[in-house]
Amino acid sequence: MKFDTILRIGTKLFLPFILVFALYVQFHGDYGPGGGFQAGVIAAAMVIFYAITFGLEAAKQAMPPLVLEVLIGLGVFLYTGVGIVAMLKGGEFLNYSALKHDPVHGQHLGILLVELGVLITVFATMTAIFYAFVGRGR
Amino acid sequence: MIVDNLPALQVIVPLLGAILCVLVRRGWLAWFIALVVSWIVPLIAVALILQVLDGGVISYAMGGWAPPVGIEYRVDLLSAFVLLLISMVGAVMLPYANLSVESEISDGKRAWFYALYLLCMTGMLGISITGDAFNAFVFLEVSSLSTYAMIALGKDRRALLAAYQYLIMGTIGATFYVIAIGILYTMTGTLNMVDMSGRLGDVATVRPLFAALAFLTVGISLKFALFPLHSWLPNAYAYAPTFATAFLASTATKAAVYLILRFFFSVYGVALVFGIHPISEMLIALSLMAMFGASIVAVYQDNIKRMLAYSSVAQIGYITLGFGLANVPGLTGGVVHLANHAVTKGALFLAVGGIVYRMGAAHLDDFKGIGKKMPLTMAGFTIAGLSIIGVPGTAGFISKWYLAIAALEHGWGWLVMLLVLSSLISVIYIGRVVEVAYFREPEGKVMNATEMPLSMLIPAWVMILATIYFGIETSWTAGIASQIATDLLAGVQ
Repeated sequence: MKFDTILRIGTKLFLPFILVFALYVQFHGDYGPGGGFQAGVIAAAMVIFYAITFGLEAAKQAMPPLVLEVLIGLGVFLYTGVGIVAMLKGGEFLNYSALKHDPVHGQHLGILLVELGVLITVFATMTAIFYAFVGRGR
Repeated sequence: MIVDNLPALQVIVPLLGAILCVLVRRGWLAWFIALVVSWIVPLIAVALILQVLDGGVISYAMGGWAPPVGIEYRVDLLSAFVLLLISMVGAVMLPYANLSVESEISDGKRAWFYALYLLCMTGMLGISITGDAFNAFVFLEVSSLSTYAMIALGKDRRALLAAYQYLIMGTIGATFYVIAIGILYTMTGTLNMVDMSGRLGDVATVRPLFAALAFLTVGISLKFALFPLHSWLPNAYAYAPTFATAFLASTATKAAVYLILRFFFSVYGVALVFGIHPISEMLIALSLMAMFGASIVAVYQDNIKRMLAYSSVAQIGYITLGFGLANVPGLTGGVVHLANHAVTKGALFLAVGGIVYRMGAAHLDDFKGIGKKMPLTMAGFTIAGLSIIGVPGTAGFISKWYLAIAALEHGWGWLVMLLVLSSLISVIYIGRVVEVAYFREPEGKVMNATEMPLSMLIPAWVMILATIYFGIETSWTAGIASQIATDLLAGVQ
């Protein structure tokens, strides 16, 4: 892979744009098509793309499996945490309206955080599945 | 505030526990978290059932969206009963897990195993508490997916194949369930079960409803291994880690059975399910095939875990037999057998787990003379075995008694004879093990076997004593079950 200049430079050029697109899909999800699942898959595609060009070891250095395992839990934790905060503030579980004084603001904040949790878990899970498949038999 | 949110907490607490298990990554710490969670969850279930007994149905609007639009958590007596059953089994069994899991699962995977266990519990509690048909599907998959992974963690390589087999069958079941929900949603325009049951009377044509009913019945029957659809169960239970087997045998099929009860009696109602098509006769026929077919196969098994798995298939036959009889004592027998079988089979698997812990396997050869080396374990196995047979004074007798009364109410004396006959087959397969354990001389590995450690012995004996207790004092099992049966048959929402 050392001499494939076009591939290497091309990949590196693409990576930030893939991530920005993932974040666009993520935060535009409030108003249009998109959301945490799609964004998570696109973000994972970034790591997979990197791994295809530079190899599994390089990808594992950039995004260590240990970090992924923590992220998988952290995303769900964020989701549940929002629900529990809503509960502590006197609403039902996941009642975003209770998050802030203004229910509309609360709904905004709630869905934003919950979708962020989805993004984190989906990204980490997809990448971990890819690592597991590619790493087989090594 | 906590009291208002109890229905949500029932599901969230194990979910949070699962996340924490993933984050701490250490086996013993994950076990400790699972232990704390498993002891909190039944407290919530007790609070819920007391609330229900006191003031009727609890309805909880998830996320503040009022039903039928939002997801409703709805706790009636049947839900509360199943919640209590599942969470209690977990609470009793978890202390047992530490040593058993340590001996069977490698260090790096132990925290994940406890996370899977808690997710499985989340799923089953969710199925039992939700009042939303699609939400029930999500929880069904949460519990099933974690179960597949738990089974695959068994140390025998055949566990992988068993998990794969279960994955295929379970996914077909889940697909059928979704198809049914799709049809029902098209016909009624709602996913809320109570709302759905109210609108079923107004649909233009009933034929799609029966298509949905057929998909539902087959799909969920796959999940709880009704006789011809049981092929995944024996391997899954035989090769899964022992603790997982004990927990799943006591709870997993119960949650799916709950779901079919919910649809048969609460959503569709007795008249629609049993009134038009011969579903009752079909259920009784399949149940009898399960009781005899699976029991006879169990007699020929040399792997004791596998033998008990076949016995589970047979015992599910007793549960569905009660539903098929569709009268108050029959339904009481079916519902009470959920609890009685959970306790009995749990006790048996925990006892066998002790032998697996000492001997490394549970083949009939490993049982030679083990009654002399592990007297407490084997005595427990024998008592729980008596409950499987249905000897008076044990939990198993109570269920069979109600089923017999239900059969007599229909005037079917032959069915009572068949009940007794199927019990005689279980005498054979339990008796085989007891004979080998007590009347053969110990040899080989058995010579060095000693009683299982206290942390395993105590949970096993709590279960064993429970089989005797529920055979004598039945107000918490049969008492509540008969109230549930009356409500279900009357169509109380």
